[in-house]
Amino acid sequence: MQVSNKLTPFFENLNFERDDNTMVINFGPQHPSAHGQLRLVLELDGEQVVKAYPDIGYLHRGIEKMAENMTYNEFLPTTDRLDYIASTSNNYAYSLAVEKLLGIEAPRRAQVIRTMLLELNRIISHLFFVATHALDVGAMSVFLYAFREREFAMDLMEDYCGARLTHSAVRIGGVPLDLPEGWLENAAAFCDKVDYEVKNTYEALLTKNRIWKMRLEDVGVISAEDALSWGCSGVMLRGSGVKWDIRKEEPYELYPELDFDIPTSDRCDSYGRYKLYMEEMRQSTRIIRQLIPMYKETEPQLMAHAPQYISAPKEEIMTQNYALMQHFVLVTQGMRPPKGEVYVPTESPKGELGFYIKSEGEPYAYRLKCRAPSFFHTGLLQKLLVGVYIADVVTIIGTTNIVFGEVDR
Amino acid sequence: MAQHQVNYASSAGLPIALTSVDKLVNWGRSNSLWPLTYGLACCAIEMMASGASRYDFDRMGTIFRASPRQADVMILAGTLSKKHAEFARRLYDQMTEPKWVISMGSCANTGGMFNTYATVQGVDRIIPVDIYLPGCAPRPETLQYAMMMLQKKIRRESSDMKKNTKQDLTTQTGKRARLI
Amino acid sequence: MRKYVPKDNVQGKAYYTDRFWVSPRVPRSEVENEHFAAVVKALGADVTESYVELGQLVLHIDPTNNFKVMKTLKEECGYTQCSEQSAVDYLARDNEFELFWQLLNVTEAKRIRVVCRLANGAAIESIEPLYKSANFAEREMFDMFGIKVNNHPFLKRILMPDDWEGHPLLKTYPLQGDEFASWYEVDKIFGKEYRDIIGPENRDPAKVDIKDTKRFSRVGYEVPFGAEYSEEEQAIEYSETALVNYNKKESKQLDERR
Repeated sequence: MQVSNKLTPFFENLNFERDDNTMVINFGPQHPSAHGQLRLVLELDGEQVVKAYPDIGYLHRGIEKMAENMTYNEFLPTTDRLDYIASTSNNYAYSLAVEKLLGIEAPRRAQVIRTMLLELNRIISHLFFVATHALDVGAMSVFLYAFREREFAMDLMEDYCGARLTHSAVRIGGVPLDLPEGWLENAAAFCDKVDYEVKNTYEALLTKNRIWKMRLEDVGVISAEDALSWGCSGVMLRGSGVKWDIRKEEPYELYPELDFDIPTSDRCDSYGRYKLYMEEMRQSTRIIRQLIPMYKETEPQLMAHAPQYISAPKEEIMTQNYALMQHFVLVTQGMRPPKGEVYVPTESPKGELGFYIKSEGEPYAYRLKCRAPSFFHTGLLQKLLVGVYIADVVTIIGTTNIVFGEVDR
Repeated sequence: MAQHQVNYASSAGLPIALTSVDKLVNWGRSNSLWPLTYGLACCAIEMMASGASRYDFDRMGTIFRASPRQADVMILAGTLSKKHAEFARRLYDQMTEPKWVISMGSCANTGGMFNTYATVQGVDRIIPVDIYLPGCAPRPETLQYAMMMLQKKIRRESSDMKKNTKQDLTTQTGKRARLI
Repeated sequence: MRKYVPKDNVQGKAYYTDRFWVSPRVPRSEVENEHFAAVVKALGADVTESYVELGQLVLHIDPTNNFKVMKTLKEECGYTQCSEQSAVDYLARDNEFELFWQLLNVTEAKRIRVVCRLANGAAIESIEPLYKSANFAEREMFDMFGIKVNNHPFLKRILMPDDWEGHPLLKTYPLQGDEFASWYEVDKIFGKEYRDIIGPENRDPAKVDIKDTKRFSRVGYEVPFGAEYSEEEQAIEYSETALVNYNKKESKQLDERR
């Protein structure tokens, strides 16, 4: 029996039986559809949703306020926890924003490593998408297969930076660590494995599967103007026919030199988006394969040379006195960037992840705003969920690929 | 450890008579702990990874259940925000006895790196916790080790439900209370 | 007397302040690009200041015109997506908020930032009819800063609980929360009486309570789990089987040498 306490017994402000015979149900903040803490209040007419109201904020941790109280370098591990499925992409978006503010550029080897890590994180995130989407729709074995691949990718990340999930692998000014021995060969083997598995496991199990097609076709349809108006980005836009990928249109890092395609789909529904995710995984492996030979031609410099803002490499800190003094000052005081504001968008696996940083010349940021793609995709749920059946609600939440660390920050 | 002193003569020798029943019941309970899927943030991903192919959780007899009425263990994985705290307590109350709680990750143990206005500084402010599992995020093997520790803890319990006291909360004011 | 701590900005300060440091500024340039020049021309007198900063056009406008400016930007200049929208708290300095909207033109691949200064207490017109992304973004701005938005379909708190008091991202709001915030969950779940029983939050990450025998054990003063903490030093008992005896007189090598 439930122990009685001071909690109000029912959810406030909701009538469960209404005059017009619509039922209001609560898709509570804890539910097994693995996406995190989303509370949807659905008004149902029979099995069809008449109105949907997403209630978020159950994972709000005050990350933006933390940024106003910490130096720029101290804040970097906190950005890991935003989109916690592909942590390096958040670290990178933040580092890029600060680097643009400072006006520095990372050295070549750091750029190669960063781009490889970004694409590896893209594969990790897309594998997670396939796993959880399939699990929600009902194909449970795909979850186990995708997590098997994901474990190999996380092994690669762990070899590089020591952590499986919250990497902090990219720092302001470059990367802190060089690739270990044998990482490139493992990465190449992993790319081959992903290519093989995408073709022979995920696509073979799902793409032509009648049940999958029936569950996903014409579900979650959104037109291009609506997608743009609702602030969608990434695969949600490309699945509706808008040819927009920040890696090609506003390129950063080494993307201008690499050869890859951007798949788009005119289908506007969940099935088109699923196919785009599969195709993007293949493009990511293509990019990693191009980067592997580029690594050997670079000089071994990992962090930018900007002594005013960035510490020297560790070997110099441990041996040269001035480097030690500068490192001490940068760590205790923090670096003082120029006054001004910057907004830098990057293409994270979920969409357009951007950081707006306003600096007043102080070591702590004056304002940091994180433009999270999942926030706007969750807003889009108000529109997408109207008129579909309850079974499609889960499919649609899965196809928007939302992660609540970003939504609530 | 000399902490659980058994007075063998109390209750007409019942503690001794029931030891094999205790062992049987605890064997049953510990080897088929059904967790409640309560992944909140990043630790949820590691919990899913520990239930997935490489670090299989099913070999310990765990089946993740979505409904609190069918679950034994509540693994609080991730940051508990103040908005959510009410529902965590509600779900804990809805779980049926016997129930245990594993607090996974720094955010659940103590609020973690989020020393802010919107985070509950430790889940044990509102829910009595049996096992604290440190890490950010803890590896799947660590979660399985915590589950094994919980199994050891369960095997020490007596099957008489009234005897199993949950965590006492003694605060700085010295007042004791039982959050059951 | 304690040191004067200004209450209008309670965010953390850097440990060391440099009085003589003059910050450089992020470079701004004139509007030269023809697309941007066309945009500035289309807006005419609404724009008080315009420049290009880091490849993006920045336009300063008056807060009362924001709907008109956005409408022009959307319909004539093709800025179909509002990527981002938020506020910066300058109440301590100028008693104003600085709002910004970040717009994107997909066909030209250009971004614009529209900036305006809003007085404390004033409200802003919602651009939700034009850009639906403002639905959630304006609610977040209201929740975090308290800036009211006129004609918004559903202006309610989004990230904080509905009965929260205070607007967290204001500079006057402490990072660790005020009195209301620190007792929120206890009051909600158990009631005010349990404040004494559960006790205040432990915000000090390095706190070691010497009388806590459940979480810490002091070397040399160990007691059983949960017992009272003792002042008497316990004798350290070494295990006979696990340790190596270094005081052994005989050694095989020495024997052979003899």
